[in-house]
Amino acid sequence: MTSGALDGRGARDGAAAIRAAAWRFVLQRASAAVLALCVVVHLATIIYAVRHGLTSDAIVARVRANPAWPAFYVVFVIAAAIHAPLGIRAIVDEWLGLRGRAVDIALGLTSLVLFAGGLYAVHALAA
Amino acid sequence: MERTDRAPARSTVPNTRRNDARARAHPAYWAFVVHRVSGIALTLFLPVHFFVLSQALSRPAALDRFLGWTHQPAVKLAETVLVLALAVHLGGGVRLLFIEFAGWRADWQKTAIALALAAALAYALLFALAA
Repeated sequence: MTSGALDGRGARDGAAAIRAAAWRFVLQRASAAVLALCVVVHLATIIYAVRHGLTSDAIVARVRANPAWPAFYVVFVIAAAIHAPLGIRAIVDEWLGLRGRAVDIALGLTSLVLFAGGLYAVHALAA
Repeated sequence: MERTDRAPARSTVPNTRRNDARARAHPAYWAFVVHRVSGIALTLFLPVHFFVLSQALSRPAALDRFLGWTHQPAVKLAETVLVLALAVHLGGGVRLLFIEFAGWRADWQKTAIALALAAALAYALLFALAA
């Protein structure tokens, strides 16, 4: 802890930073666990799809065959939109030395773009 | 946070806490590099993937033209590399989760890394043969 922790505001900021780091850790691991299951299903689906014709009709028919598929892909998109920006955060911090509020805002926006883009893709396939 | 999947932090004190050649010769270092590089590749691919799939609703003919374009051998090779990235990131990620939450220790880390890599390569080969 820096000397800033000795005054009230420094201690509060330090505690908030530690809480944020703890949340990032939990979210990164929880999303990883969800993604592990999703990716196993996805890898199996990829082989099935390439062997049974990869056309827009075939993809749409497969996703619409059961409401469980759109639900699965929504969970997949949410987990990926959480997981990817947190991973990139660690990489740009350690490999590029980029950190701070601007980086966190950019990564938050990345998460939103992945979330919205993914949900729109699921909607386009399942609607 | 994010302890096990990061390299030792660059120190401001010279000649301390830096990886030396021995650390970089260990398979766990390369597992760490592969995990990061595959993660970057997958993150960059995701928006493209979502954009292509979202064409299904508004422009199905465009999606089919794109899917036809992907039958070229060079594109198939690129797809195989992406699928390998996904499989190797899964294998490496599961290994990290077991290290952090199930207490897997160093004595058989090399075996775990080899198994994760072998499973990923086997899957990529299966994809290349099926595609």
